[in-house]
Amino acid sequence: MSDSAVDGQAPASVPQKAEGPWAAGLRKLRQDRTAMGAVIVLLIIIVACCAAPLYAQHVSQTNPFQSNLDGTITLGGQDVDIMQADSAGLGLGVTPIGPTWHGQYFLGADNQGRDVAARMLYGGQNSLVISFFATIVTLVLAALVGTVAGFIGGWTDTVLARLLDVLWAFPIYLLAISLSIVLISKGLQIGPFNIPSNSLLLPILIIGIVYVPYVARPIRGQVMSLTRSDFVLAARCLGVPAPRVLFRDILPNVTTTLIVFAPLMMALNMLTESALSFLSIGVQPPFASWGTIIQDGEDLLYTQPMVAIAPGLAIIITVLALNFLGDGVRDAFDPRAKLRVKKG
Amino acid sequence: MFFPVIRRLGEMLFVMFGISVVVFLIFFATPGADPAARIAGRNATPQVLAQVRHSFGFDQPLPVQYVKVMEKLFVSRDLTSFVNRGEKVIPAVVEAAPVTLSLVLGAAVIWVVFGIWVGVTAAATRGTIIDRALMFAGLVGISMPVFWVGSVANLLTQSRWHNTWLFHWVPGLGYTPLTQHPLLWFKGLVIPWITLAILYIGLYGRVLRANLVEAYQEDFIRTARAKGLSEARIMFRHALRTSLITFVSMFGLDFGALVGGGALLTEVVFNLPGVGRLTYLALQSLDLPFIMATVMYSSFFVVVANALVDIAYAWLDPRVRDAR
Amino acid sequence: MPADQTQTTAKTLLDVQDLCVSFRSEGGLIRILENVSFTVREREILAIVGESGSGKSMTSLAVMRLITDPNAVITGSIRYKGRDLLQASEREMRSLRGSDIAMIFQDPMTAMTPVYTIGWQIEEQLRAHQKLSRRAARARAVELLGEMGVPSPAKVAGRYPHQLSGGLRQRAMIAMALSCNPSLLIADEPTTALDVTVQAQILELIQRLRADFGSSVIFITHDMGVVATVSDRVMVMYAGIIAERGPKPAVLGGPQHPYTLGLLHSIPPMHGVRPHRLPSIPGSPPAPMGRPAGCAFQPRCDFRMDICATRPPLFHNGTQEASCWLAEKGAPDWARERAIRAAGDAA
Repeated sequence: MSDSAVDGQAPASVPQKAEGPWAAGLRKLRQDRTAMGAVIVLLIIIVACCAAPLYAQHVSQTNPFQSNLDGTITLGGQDVDIMQADSAGLGLGVTPIGPTWHGQYFLGADNQGRDVAARMLYGGQNSLVISFFATIVTLVLAALVGTVAGFIGGWTDTVLARLLDVLWAFPIYLLAISLSIVLISKGLQIGPFNIPSNSLLLPILIIGIVYVPYVARPIRGQVMSLTRSDFVLAARCLGVPAPRVLFRDILPNVTTTLIVFAPLMMALNMLTESALSFLSIGVQPPFASWGTIIQDGEDLLYTQPMVAIAPGLAIIITVLALNFLGDGVRDAFDPRAKLRVKKG
Repeated sequence: MFFPVIRRLGEMLFVMFGISVVVFLIFFATPGADPAARIAGRNATPQVLAQVRHSFGFDQPLPVQYVKVMEKLFVSRDLTSFVNRGEKVIPAVVEAAPVTLSLVLGAAVIWVVFGIWVGVTAAATRGTIIDRALMFAGLVGISMPVFWVGSVANLLTQSRWHNTWLFHWVPGLGYTPLTQHPLLWFKGLVIPWITLAILYIGLYGRVLRANLVEAYQEDFIRTARAKGLSEARIMFRHALRTSLITFVSMFGLDFGALVGGGALLTEVVFNLPGVGRLTYLALQSLDLPFIMATVMYSSFFVVVANALVDIAYAWLDPRVRDAR
Repeated sequence: MPADQTQTTAKTLLDVQDLCVSFRSEGGLIRILENVSFTVREREILAIVGESGSGKSMTSLAVMRLITDPNAVITGSIRYKGRDLLQASEREMRSLRGSDIAMIFQDPMTAMTPVYTIGWQIEEQLRAHQKLSRRAARARAVELLGEMGVPSPAKVAGRYPHQLSGGLRQRAMIAMALSCNPSLLIADEPTTALDVTVQAQILELIQRLRADFGSSVIFITHDMGVVATVSDRVMVMYAGIIAERGPKPAVLGGPQHPYTLGLLHSIPPMHGVRPHRLPSIPGSPPAPMGRPAGCAFQPRCDFRMDICATRPPLFHNGTQEASCWLAEKGAPDWARERAIRAAGDAA
């Protein structure tokens, strides 16, 4: 209830500088505590993984890429074998040491005697890097294809849409697997560029491309409906040239969609990468990722389960955080979000 | 009515043709590798290589090669593995299909029932702690890699807690055909069913809740209330019925993808000899004929599922029927 | 607020007293309706007029207790056939809704569930309140459609909402609302979404309800022309309060509130000099958050005075009531008021 009605005037509204949609979205996002919590978790994970060399050097004091089958470590003053004689009588000979919960071999060793915790940090780097760049690949390509198809229409659209349909008809994993098998067995040769078969670039490209239809179709739909919308029609009637309409009116909306998709895609890509690595057709040695470590742990599942469990938990926490962030971003940037009222 | 069906069939055939071309290109035309070496597998002798080259006509132009491969796969149906010499590909796939079907059907029943339960409960208790807990659980379900869940399940049911009352009945990893021993078939599939279903319960529960909440904003819900209908009836007959359209579409597509071999991670972890696992083994040994056959098989299912979903869509939503 | 004093001998069906509807929000309590009181008698058509945001729809939703927002605060009393609806349990309300009090909405396209046929939706309402077999319910539904003037009612019953024209849809909606013979029908802008020609038919249909079915109608609209055609009594609402109330001839013939005056003047005249410009009331109604203290209409009023800083109560003049200080001592003489102000400006 305004008091300015004393002089009979309608309450004068203070003219405010209109908040742009970006600023509004960012502000809403910052107010979303779950999303901010997720951001903090992600930052912690990223920092921890970046600190992998420091960890390997100072805390675990091992080289996580070198077999260490005959080594020993000091635990509570006593010397302990890393690969211990197997008492379960399975006839396998040796079992890696379990979690020591100390600096060295915090989570135990894998079947090559390597420090699992240190490997996890290094592996995390690769998992994060691959997911991130694959997301970039997907979003850029999808934006390109979707916008061109939706904006130009006609034959270009038909061809592109059919291409997307065919690509989409592959169950994602099978397409990724097919491409991975072929490219990883011999590497990729495009003209003068040779990408070696164990390069990280291959999973990035494969995972990135495989998800393009997933994002390109909604973008195409959005661009199509925008192109045919009244305000674009009006702009064209006024003589605004097509590229200007594209950049001013259509692309900002597409960018919002991309932003909403980004965390979600990163989560999906991380899961796909771990699946491919688990099947030995993702990240290749000497590189590790959380997926490859789980694969390493399969044989040790009943004896040293931590090797398989720990990276899985890392994936879950990261993907969960990305999903929470994704929910928050969607709520903040979706123009159709309904008005929210806090519980009174 | 007739013409759209013909058109649809034509589109399906076109997509399958496209898929076959893509598969062909991936395995026969990717730069940087010798297709003959790939088909013959890793340990092929020069004689086998020469035989492969001749049989597949690698000296011929690509389109001719394509026709030859398609002929071996679909017409003469005598495509044989080059790793397990002489093993026919198509019968192997046919034998693996029921395993995948058993796995996917069982999991589907579970995830549909629980997905609807989660979605409806969350929407009905919207904003309360039950809603938030369910949505959080769903989110966790989506965030877990299915092969990891399977591994942990195995750890618990096969090793750690195998001797407890909880899991002593879980048989060793593997599959028993239904016709051979129904009870063992069932017991061997329970844990894989649950593992596969967890991911989808999370996904479908969340999507259904979002759709229901959106449906509740619609005018016709207000009318339904004004008619004096009970909240239960409004939820199930009006809100759920309109939200089912999306649910069924999603289900059709996911089911089709899984039956076609998308469940390979689950099959690998639980050692079920289904189509997915067949694909994986073929990949490990680079057994290209198998890979080709399984990929075509799975893509076929996806295309069929797409078509069925469109039909279901028209049946469920009368507005779509008339728009055609 | 004093009760509606425009008495006749007919029985009172609905008696609303001091109805206040507010919503809790981040910024505090937002008042949507303030002390709204009115009555509806048997076989009477009450028109509630106002611009968007005046609270007219909210009033009807409150009467039927259809406000489901957990942040809503509703006080006052709503006596229907003697019972206070605000005290009734949800179960009691459910048995009332659709059978004793029915409502039809503005857009019949979105107001009906798209996946069920018209016939099915009418049957659903019938069977929710009456013990009928499916066949009997279907027969009654077809019968009702026929009574509403729907051609080929059996065919229409098998159609889906999106397959019908706007007019047919609204008729179907009315048929559905009347299926259980309600004593009170609330029509929330039923003709706004329709063509003018169809509008006339629907209005005629609603007028017949009084004779054929014995129902009372609360007719919510923003169209004064519709008010003139259809209503017995009129209630004008502005910014959540009652501006004026009374029998239609009185209110339309001799308005006592400047807002009503403005509304009537904005109708182009049938006879006489045609104005160059359609007169309109300048400005727009305040948003619920920005309602001024004192009279809410003040900023747009041609006749405002200093005393308007205090909110006027509802004054009674014969059969009419108006919440304007000018009506304190009897019906305002608008021509004189205008002259006074013109002279004052010139001075």
